[in-house]
Amino acid sequence: MAEIQEKGDSGKGGKKRAKRSSTKIDMTPLVDLAALLITFFMLTTTFNKPQTMEINMPVDPENKEEQIALKASNALTIILGDDDEIYYYFGLADDNPELLESSYAADGIRKVLISPRVKSNDKMTVMVKPMEGSRYKNMVDILDELKITDTKKFALVDIADADKKLVEEQIK
Amino acid sequence: MPKVKVKRKNPSLDMTPMVDLFFLLVTFFMLTATARPDEAVVVDTPSSVSEIKIPDTNVITITVDKDSRVFFGVDGQQTKEALLDKIAGKYGVGFTAEEKRTFSLLSNFGVPINQLKSFLSMESSARKEVNQPGIPIDSVHNELGDWVLQTRLTNPKVVIAIKGDQDADYPTVQRVIDILQDRKVNRFNLITDMESKPTNL
Repeated sequence: MAEIQEKGDSGKGGKKRAKRSSTKIDMTPLVDLAALLITFFMLTTTFNKPQTMEINMPVDPENKEEQIALKASNALTIILGDDDEIYYYFGLADDNPELLESSYAADGIRKVLISPRVKSNDKMTVMVKPMEGSRYKNMVDILDELKITDTKKFALVDIADADKKLVEEQIK
Repeated sequence: MPKVKVKRKNPSLDMTPMVDLFFLLVTFFMLTATARPDEAVVVDTPSSVSEIKIPDTNVITITVDKDSRVFFGVDGQQTKEALLDKIAGKYGVGFTAEEKRTFSLLSNFGVPINQLKSFLSMESSARKEVNQPGIPIDSVHNELGDWVLQTRLTNPKVVIAIKGDQDADYPTVQRVIDILQDRKVNRFNLITDMESKPTNL
């Protein structure tokens, strides 16, 4: 193999000499084996642990009357619709607000969340209302946007009929 | 002029340092390796900028796949054996020692409790083929809630992680969250992939 044994001294005349065998051993099979093991362990190892996003849901209140109603000037509602659509409006649904359409792209909902109207108001609460047709990815995306824009006050809320009506009117 | 003698070199090279290095790497990978667990379903998790890592131990993983089936998994063989005993007592199903052992080696599963016995008694190759229907989460057969509750009673340190597929529909995820909240779990993790944080804000 890689090792080429030198020919032993044939010796002159009839003098007999003890044959000196080489002390080198052929390491090639050893290397082969080690490389095989390295490959195996490298391929079976999972290196990066999955990331997680921690969320704390509010504790369900004992009685609903204790909750304080949100002021219209401090409310931003984001509705996650079917087919990755996203809508938002300021204020409360009962006041017939203007529903605006946005997107998950960098210049979409993120622009709204860093706009002065949201950022300069400490009491501004973002309510995320996913509709039945929305995907799990939409929810994670929007939570991610809230994290990127460092929005502290937000809540995942069930969608109300008033919100659904607003979206329906928008589509029409 | 003397004749230039071409020196005959021995073509063999000393492989000892190479072998040293290789065995060092083998040792490293052997010690750091954790075999990839056998998951019941493959899910494609959405990405987020979050950088929190999930802990290695004491994690309940609730997997929601793209067909909105729910799978339950927990780590720790002792936890799983104790958990199966409790569930068996609650639902009046007896499991043999062999089935318990099989259960303690499963990383996650998605079968209702009344099918669990036949699922566990299958050959391991047949078990991979079977199409698991998912754990019932409706309000009549809220088995997921029982699994979570019993696991938390068995091992109070557990953290709950939800691993959802990108295309899982929201009502299922909402239902899972509601079940957790019914059991007074208000803090949990969503498993996501890595994504680079946008720099221009």
